[in-house]
Parts: sequence; C-alpha cells; structure tokens
Amino acid sequence: MKSLVCLKQVPDTETQIKVNPEGTGIVTEGIKHIINPYDEFSVEEALRLKEKFKEGEVVILAIGPDRATESIRTALAMGADRGIHVNDPAVNTADPFAVAQALAAAAKDVQYDVIFCGHRAIDDDFCEVGAMLAEFLGLPQVTLVTKVEVAADKKSAILERDIEGGKETVEVPLPCVVTSQKGLNEPRYASLPGIMKAKKKPIDAKNAAALGVSVEAKLQSKEYSMPPERKAGKKIEGLEPPDAAKQVVQALRNEAKII
Amino acid sequence: MSKVLIYGEIKAGKLKKTALELTSEGRKIADGLGADAGVVLMGPHAEQFAPDVAKYGADKVYIVEAPQLESYNSEYFAQALAQVAKEKGAEVLLISHSIHGKDLAPRAAAKLGVAVVADCISFELDGGKLVGRRPMYAGKCYAKWVSLSSPQMATARPNVLEVRENPKAGAVEKISFSPDTSRATYTTKDLNLDTSGKVDLTEAEIIISGGRGMGGPDYALLEEAAGIFGSRATVGASRAAVDAGWRPHSDQVGQTGKTVTPNLYIACGISGSIQHLAGMGSSKVIVAINKDPEAPIFTKADYGIVGDLFKVLPEFNKELKSLLAE
Repeated sequence: MKSLVCLKQVPDTETQIKVNPEGTGIVTEGIKHIINPYDEFSVEEALRLKEKFKEGEVVILAIGPDRATESIRTALAMGADRGIHVNDPAVNTADPFAVAQALAAAAKDVQYDVIFCGHRAIDDDFCEVGAMLAEFLGLPQVTLVTKVEVAADKKSAILERDIEGGKETVEVPLPCVVTSQKGLNEPRYASLPGIMKAKKKPIDAKNAAALGVSVEAKLQSKEYSMPPERKAGKKIEGLEPPDAAKQVVQALRNEAKII
Repeated sequence: MSKVLIYGEIKAGKLKKTALELTSEGRKIADGLGADAGVVLMGPHAEQFAPDVAKYGADKVYIVEAPQLESYNSEYFAQALAQVAKEKGAEVLLISHSIHGKDLAPRAAAKLGVAVVADCISFELDGGKLVGRRPMYAGKCYAKWVSLSSPQMATARPNVLEVRENPKAGAVEKISFSPDTSRATYTTKDLNLDTSGKVDLTEAEIIISGGRGMGGPDYALLEEAAGIFGSRATVGASRAAVDAGWRPHSDQVGQTGKTVTPNLYIACGISGSIQHLAGMGSSKVIVAINKDPEAPIFTKADYGIVGDLFKVLPEFNKELKSLLAE
C-alpha cells in the first residue's frame, strides 16, 4: 500500500499572530512551527495502511523553506519512508493554485494508491489544495474523511466523510485524493529509535525548475489587520444563580436585542 | 450573459439560506459593475427555487439537470458549474463556504484555471475588481484578497452576509449539460444524516458550547437551551471536551475545529484557550459561564457569569423559556 502524504508546516496553534506594521503579512519572527494538524492525521493514516497491508511505502511531500525539513523529519520519525522537499521562493509562498500545480508535478514521479492532504492548512485556511491537486491529476477527491477502508486488491476504498449534519459513506476507485479531517485517527508520537532512524532517511530536494512548473500568481493579498479588540463586558459575580441568569437573559433581550 | 454568477446551494430538497445571502450580495456586486446577476441551481429539485432567488436579485436563473446531478458529487457538479461559468461569460463566481461549497469551489476553480478567495466575510469593488475580506489563522488576523484571473471566484462564510430582498425577473434558462463520464469519481453508498434537524455549527445563529467544566458527556442542559431557541441553535464543544470523548469531533469549535460566527455564543465551562477564542471570537454576542473568575473567556465575553454552570444553566433555561414564551 503506497501513500503520498502532502504536508505543510504551519505556525503552532498556540501562536499569537501579529500583523506587521506595513500590513503586508504577519510577523514571522519567533514563531514556532508544527506539522499542520490535519496533515498529521494523514501521516498516521498512511502509516496504518502500510502496516495493515504489510508492504508499501509512505512518501512525504512538502513545500516550504529550509525549516520545513524539520517537519518532514518528524513525519519520517513517525515512520514514513522518505521525503520530497520542494523548496523554491516562488512556490513556498504561492497561492493554492500554484501549490497544487507544484504538488501535482512532484507527484508524477511517485507511485501511490492514495494521496493524502489535510482538508485545510490552519495558517491561510484556504481549503483548496487537495481538490485542486485531484483535478490536476485527473483523480477523484474525497474531502473531510474520517474513516478509510482500502479493499484487499487496493483498487478501491470505502471512505466515510463529514457532510453537513451527518456522515456520507462513499466508494471510490483508487488512486484518489483523500483530505483528512479530525476524527480520522490519533497520530502517534515519534519514538526515540524512530527519531534516530529518520536522520538517515532520504529527503529529495526539488525546485520549481526541476518540476517544470512556472508560477503565475492567481491571488494577491493586502491590508492585513488584527480583529477588532473585544472588550470584556459585564461580569456578574456573587449573585445567586437565578438572579444572575435573569440579568443576563434580560440583557440579551433588552440591551443586545439578540433574542 | 451573467457577469456575476452565484451558485445556489440546495440541500435535501431545500434551498439553503446561504443561497439567498449570496444572491443578495451578488446583486449588489452586479449593480456595482453595471452587470447582470445569474444564479445556477443544480439537480432534480432545482427549478422550483427560481422564484426565491429572483426575489433576492437574480436576473437569470440557470437550471442544470442530469442523472449525474441527482445527488452531490464533486466531479460532476464542478463540471456543470465550470460549463455554465464559461458559457455565460461569468467574471465573478460566488459559492458558499459551506461543507458542500468547500468541496465544490476548488475543483471548479481548477477546471477554470483560477484560484478561490475563500471564506470571505465581506466584499468590495476596487476598480472593477472584486476584493474579499477573509479571516486567516482561524480568525487571529484578517486580510483582503483579490483574484487576478477571470472569473474571480470567491466563497463566502455562511450566516455573515446580509439577506436583502430586491426582486428581479429571474428568467429561467435550462442548460444542456453532457457530463464527461470518463473522469473517475466516487459513488455514495450511504447517507447517515442526523434527522433531528440539527443545524451545522458553521451555520447556526446561536451556539451553546460546553468545555472541560462540563465534567463529562452529559450535555443535557445545553441541549435543553438549544431546544428552547429552536432550529437556529445548536450545541458545540471545546477541544478539551472533544478530546475527552464527550462530544463528536464535528462539534469542536476552535482553530483545529470549526470557526463560527453566530449571533450568540454561550460558552459553558470553557476557559478560553487562544485556539478556542480564535474560533469563536467574531461571534456577535458572547456569554460565558465559568467558575473561575480569572478564565480568559471573560476578557472576550459581553456578559459573564462567575458561577457553577450546573446551577446557573437550569435557571438560565427557565428564564429563557418564560421570556420566549411571551
């Protein structure tokens, strides 16, 4: 069972994001980076499939600057076999269209039964790359997946996905692109031997030219701003529960006019 | 011709409110551009909703029917949408950032050779170009984005844009669609829909959320509150409650869950981690009930009650019931 896992390095969820004075982006100094949490589910699922089939390969494909290597190594330490690191200033900060094109180009040299992507990256929150990658490769996409069962012949899979107000079970021919949703699994921690082994696993570096992609910007951003500061409102302390409840319910009707 | 094209989402045989939000917004954009606004409706139940979207500003309503469009499928819906966008010369294409829209928009965009300005909360026109303002890092900051290619595609967050009546002709045109069936796609085996009519978190107008302070999986008090508000309310949870296995993953509000913008968010026993605050910080009104007077949630709450939620909530529900019964 061969899986290609697309991985993005993102700021830790604990990060207090600050916009730079020019409003052209965020302040990047001092940010700690992690594997995008949804991509971690992808890595785990790919490892479980390889273990279940007792054969195969898990390849990690990441786009990003030098620091993205750490995240690839973390995935290798979890048990993935090798990495591909697309590191090119033109692609590293590109929009989802160019990112998906670069991923599609890199995927052409890899054998896979399934491509995993996180259903979104928790930095730019576009939710686009997985579906675009599928379209560029001519593959079906199944998004927001919470359960994966691959048929013994690896020609199809039964997947469970989130839909509004419920779940949908679909059957999809392989290969396909799966986007991972929370609930898919609980990712493992890298073990110490895993970390040692990961140091010797290969990471293949590529740039846009090597992939034959030319990046043409499709989107442009401006005027980054912080959310309006919310001020603490009325805090009711020391009142009996019935009085406190009454005060708030009345305020919601008469002051906030919301109910 | 419809320079501004809106995809009207239909779910389980009903036109969604987001379709009216987008039609109202699309109308405004079309007026700004001096252009026509068209709404695309797909599937077997589509045509009956033409008068609804006409009421909110659709000059044209394009109906696409095909056996492949009977239930939602990313490939065929994206094919059909891309076809209509090309045929009608769309320069702006709007889709909801619902679960359905998030699946459809990028696939259609890739077919059209464009990217999507996703999850917008407001729009403006700048020199004839559509600019969308959108949250990033789960709402820790915002930025304005513009698409440099045509059609300019954007998805809009449900429950944020204003719905406004603006009746137009809504002339119906049936589109002849012959799907490319050589493209591999999935087939739906089973739909396990929650038939309780529970509204999705991202589209709820009122959310009552429980966190670590709930102490266990019994959310009956929160369910009761949601029940009093009716079908526009639903129950959510913090990451702590989801990770403890008390609530399903789909209920999680926060940076690794859902970003929500209800009119009213009631946080019960939620301390307010930075990830949670990012996910619900743009709710219109926030109420917090927490034992700990120092809980960070109180710094964001419009109304805070310091107290035991198991004592406060029953009283809250009682008050609510008698007020709403009036």
